[in-house]
Amino acid sequence: MQVTITVNGTAQTKEVEPRLLLVHFLRETLGLRGTHWGCDTSNCGTCVVSFDGRPVKSCTILAAMADGHEIRTVEGLEQGGQLDAVQQGFMECHGLQCGFCTPGMMMTARALLDRSPDPSETEIREAISGQLCRCTGYENIVRSVRWAAEKEAEGSSDETEKPAVTPEEVSA
Amino acid sequence: MQVPAPFTYERATSVEHAIQLLQRLGPEARVVAGGHSLIPMMKLRLARPDALVDINDLAELSQIRLDGDTLVIGALARHNDLLGSAVAGEHFPILIDAERVIADPVVRNFGTVGGSLCQADPSEDLAAAFAAISATAVLRGPGGTREVPVRELHVGPYETVLAPDEILVELRVPIRPGGGSAYEKVERRVGDYPVAAAGAVLWLDGDTVVDAGIGLTAVGAAHFAAPEAESALRGAPATEESFAAAARIAAEHCNPAADQRGPVDYKRHLAAELTTRALRRAAARARGQEA
Repeated sequence: MQVTITVNGTAQTKEVEPRLLLVHFLRETLGLRGTHWGCDTSNCGTCVVSFDGRPVKSCTILAAMADGHEIRTVEGLEQGGQLDAVQQGFMECHGLQCGFCTPGMMMTARALLDRSPDPSETEIREAISGQLCRCTGYENIVRSVRWAAEKEAEGSSDETEKPAVTPEEVSA
Repeated sequence: MQVPAPFTYERATSVEHAIQLLQRLGPEARVVAGGHSLIPMMKLRLARPDALVDINDLAELSQIRLDGDTLVIGALARHNDLLGSAVAGEHFPILIDAERVIADPVVRNFGTVGGSLCQADPSEDLAAAFAAISATAVLRGPGGTREVPVRELHVGPYETVLAPDEILVELRVPIRPGGGSAYEKVERRVGDYPVAAAGAVLWLDGDTVVDAGIGLTAVGAAHFAAPEAESALRGAPATEESFAAAARIAAEHCNPAADQRGPVDYKRHLAAELTTRALRRAAARARGQEA
């Protein structure tokens, strides 16, 4: 069957099997390996992507079900060469150790901040409660999300301020 | 890699279209909504439908609204929609209590109320919550619409009264004044099914129980309900003693099975304790106190 799924703003029309899971559509059909594939049982949350603005577990959704919908993956966080505040927060606060859970954590964090720009620690912990960090680095993940919230609060009060970190610096 | 066996996929554009598709595709077709119960079972080949009928486009099934003095919850309402529903929370806080402990926040974005009920898992939270408040399930098939009490919706584990070409369209709950409700669950970790859980609704006249509903899940209660305990409460004083006595009756009538979540005696203990706590909070809410 043919599906057209808008991924990170680009419409992608592909021929797929109905049984293809969204996570594999992203990773194998489109080659977007930023979305990780973990437990395959909707427990670990590393496969979280945004589906029409809501974080969902892409290992438990068929690509066919996403036909006509908008998906945003971790690759879509960066905008115009600038890392998203959430990505900066994870760097600044050491929000990752092995990095396996990171894409899902960041997508959930982004959706949380879009809905609730000034979340409490409790709200952050609740939001990521369906996701596992096997390095047990939750403290720093929570700090990273708080850092991003504060960064965005500063940014909205002073639009001229630019984020300090660029993708080039990250890869360097 | 866990991948479902091959199937054909159809997307319904209306309830009538969904029913036509189910008729055409035959009894091995299944409706998929959120898919968060069905797709994991398909990956493990515990379910192997020939065809899926995707009803996610049927926005008319997503509403949560009042129809006169009845709360109506569309089958396609996502768990997070119900969790955030002011109208549901005002009249039946038991539903909010239950939704807060169903799966996890990300799963709740996609999983649906109707899907959870139709999955008919013997440990389903919403089965107990809707049984407690005596909701009615509205089913639609080729012959039209019929109403089935939620307490009669499930005929066994993973089995409902729905015909292969019928779909659950909504749940209806009559609103009566003077009521309060609550849900209590013990789970091993976030997102897990309960070790045991109990829901309760009470209608009070002063300090007397006028009517009561009790739902239980994961403890082998017939129809996810405790009618003997409800009978014991009607007309009784709304006191700790009455609640504890009713909870003991509820626990005696359930039939838990030992599994990885715990032994029989522990689950029976939880059935009584959680029923007591749910009744206590329901009574406080009926009296206008938040508990």
